[in-house]
Amino acid sequence: MPAAPVRSIGLQFDKVDKRYGAVYALRDLTLNIAAGECVAVVGRNGSGKTTLLRAAAQLVRPSRGSIAFSGGAEDAKAAIGFVAHATMVYDELTAEENLVFFARLQELAEPKTRADELLREVGLHDRKDSLVRTFSRGMRQRVAIARALLAQPSLLLFDEPATGLDAESNLWLTEHLRKLRDTGCTILMSLHGDSELARLATRAIRLEGGGLIADTRRGAMFQSIFAAAGC
Amino acid sequence: MALLSNAAVLLGKEVRTEFRSRELLSTTIVFVLIVVVVFSFTFDPTTNESRRFGPGLLWMAFLFAASLMLQPCFLREQVNDTLGALRLAVSDPFAIFLAKICANTLFLLLTELLMLPVFAALFNVSFGAQLPGILLTFLLGSLGISVVGTALAVISAQARMRELLLPLLLLPLLTPILVVSTEVTIGLMQPEPYMEWKGIGLMAGFDVVFLTVLWLFGEYLLEE
Repeated sequence: MPAAPVRSIGLQFDKVDKRYGAVYALRDLTLNIAAGECVAVVGRNGSGKTTLLRAAAQLVRPSRGSIAFSGGAEDAKAAIGFVAHATMVYDELTAEENLVFFARLQELAEPKTRADELLREVGLHDRKDSLVRTFSRGMRQRVAIARALLAQPSLLLFDEPATGLDAESNLWLTEHLRKLRDTGCTILMSLHGDSELARLATRAIRLEGGGLIADTRRGAMFQSIFAAAGC
Repeated sequence: MALLSNAAVLLGKEVRTEFRSRELLSTTIVFVLIVVVVFSFTFDPTTNESRRFGPGLLWMAFLFAASLMLQPCFLREQVNDTLGALRLAVSDPFAIFLAKICANTLFLLLTELLMLPVFAALFNVSFGAQLPGILLTFLLGSLGISVVGTALAVISAQARMRELLLPLLLLPLLTPILVVSTEVTIGLMQPEPYMEWKGIGLMAGFDVVFLTVLWLFGEYLLEE
């Protein structure tokens, strides 16, 4: 069972631009995400989904505008769990070594216990001593998810989290995220044809050319956003 | 304290992965060995000539080793975007640099210490009693190379011409410390060896200045 997040935090983008040379990855983006919301970000390739998530994770500094966290997030970085498109784990370390390493960096109280707990949760405990490079894409993604959950984050950022997962793993991920959402965790996830995960969302936004072109909560227009994105 | 504990954890990972794969160390050691052997056969120096030219050749070989060794230190972090994970996990981004600098210095020092007896044998020089001085010179020189090289490695890792950029930027910036390191080593290799403390001071100053610059501005180098 996922542990309850320490606190729930919200996220505010205020007129955010992110430019790479002359190309806008995000353009004049204003977005308020309340604590506890589960927001699906959809859009075509190059629409700015990844940049939005990386900016929220403070890995990308906006060229203009600001990103703020609400809900007593003095150290927002510590409250963020980020699953990127890449796995963000070391291929040359074992699954357990990876998790213990990141747990130590985050100065968690009992790194090995926490790593063991998460490896059991993601179903990789029997492979904990195997090097990550020997894993399939789906298994690597499970390690990536475990890494993101190490510090019991209250803001989860997932960039196409179902990438490489088989049907069973996808179901596991959906159930896991549902439990996290129900504990009050704020979730922002980009989706690209993940119909199971789309059902978790309480709100959907659509990006195009880095700008927000649709934003809706559950209701009449809700499914049309996913349908347009192929979810 | 979080900075030091983060850096220690990161350094442990660097050492563990390197000693597990031995990719970087073995490649660099073989490369430097070839360079030193080629130099010795090309110049075939007498003992006196070795004392005059040897230190320059030695530091040139170390520079080649460094440019080979420093290139992958941030490229490796890009493969699975682990740099992003590190930036999210550490409380102070300087911890990432500190660990990389310590690891690079350690690996460079190891290479240098392994090369020292080979150099002494091929160039017919003896260090003997000057070993503490040599170690101090190697430590300060390697630290300077690693500090500058690590900063440039993160810059070049994000560039398109990354393989060319690092050696191109490295050489002009390292010229001062290479010149001073060579001068200090020449002093230590004389029949009546002496320690050039002014040179040691300059090397320490170089290290402190670049380390401070990296501490102040390093965070910006890590940004996407």
